[in-house]
Amino acid sequence: MKRSLARAMVLALLLAFSFALDVAPARAANEADYKTAYSAAEAASKEAASLRHQWTVTVSVLAAAKKAADGGDFDRAVAAAREAEALAKASIFQATTEKEAWKAMEIR
Amino acid sequence: MKARTSILLGSLSAALVALALTSPRVVAADKVDPVADARAFQNFFFQKFPDVKHEDFVNGPYSMNEDMKRQWQEKEEFPPYEFALDAGKEMFATPFKNGKTYADCFPNGGVGIRQNYPYFDEKEGKVVTLELALNRCREANGEAPYSYVKDEMASLTAYMAFTSRGKPMDIKIPDDPRALAAFENGKRYFYTRRGQMNFSCASCHVQSPGERIRAEILAPALGILNAMPIYRSEWSGMGTTTRRFVTCNSQTRAVPLEPQADEYRDVEYFLSYVANGLPISGPGARP
Repeated sequence: MKRSLARAMVLALLLAFSFALDVAPARAANEADYKTAYSAAEAASKEAASLRHQWTVTVSVLAAAKKAADGGDFDRAVAAAREAEALAKASIFQATTEKEAWKAMEIR
Repeated sequence: MKARTSILLGSLSAALVALALTSPRVVAADKVDPVADARAFQNFFFQKFPDVKHEDFVNGPYSMNEDMKRQWQEKEEFPPYEFALDAGKEMFATPFKNGKTYADCFPNGGVGIRQNYPYFDEKEGKVVTLELALNRCREANGEAPYSYVKDEMASLTAYMAFTSRGKPMDIKIPDDPRALAAFENGKRYFYTRRGQMNFSCASCHVQSPGERIRAEILAPALGILNAMPIYRSEWSGMGTTTRRFVTCNSQTRAVPLEPQADEYRDVEYFLSYVANGLPISGPGARP
């Protein structure tokens, strides 16, 4: 009886702890987070440009990240930088696959 | 046992014969063959649009849609490129500060030569477009180059195209591996998907000519440069070939290349070569 009570209490505590984790607000992004996200996005963007496959949206989202950071809104800046990185990586993927894939469209 | 061996030997020889027959084709497919490419390119459009007269492809969307064609023919009585044409004629005749003119830079005084551009310059090892040649002429005579996307360049090329109207496109590819590489590079650029929209030039102008993209009717790739430069209502002004490439890139959400980048020069070479034999119709007017 005592054992099961103890088990129930441990389970309840674990449950309460997990709920607390779920509902706790995410930590606000700071300048360091932004710098990390921005430099990763910038590196991917530079690679896309060097492959001559840069997308206009990557450039504008990257600029939006910088603008948000300049205004002190690091949450928005980090989100935009991550979006820019994803866009740049997609354009790199496009450049890589198109090295051969273009032939499928060729009129022969 | 004997029967089994003969079946095995028979199959083996059949496989060898098949391999021997197919391997030259594989090699041929990888070889740069502009003549075969141009033939295939033209046949594709001729078969896709059997009712369009061959020389009519140079009129872009008007060759694809009767209503648009009628409107355009009426518009041609007072064409919107007329001012650019007059300006180009005057600019062409006006001497530079050193007394020379554009005519001094081009064969036949620059008249009736549009169909020979772009050409492959064996000294430089690169493709030279008409726009590039015009700016080189300016610089050689101590003048500042014009923007490749603005009115002055469009006016000059409009005049030069006008003096060449009706002449068949006549692009040469010399027996030079660099010229073949430029042609192949242009072809690759034409078919390569780019931008967030994941479009290649061919997505619109090979797969969908005659179809609507929003309010516009897409032009066929065949002969698309024969009409350059063009007055576009969308631009409310004239546009050069460079401007056309830059705009196409932007519309697919790709960052355009710098004007007269090797890729643009090469794709112009490719597109012009595959239109060999079709008449120059520039300057053109487009919606």
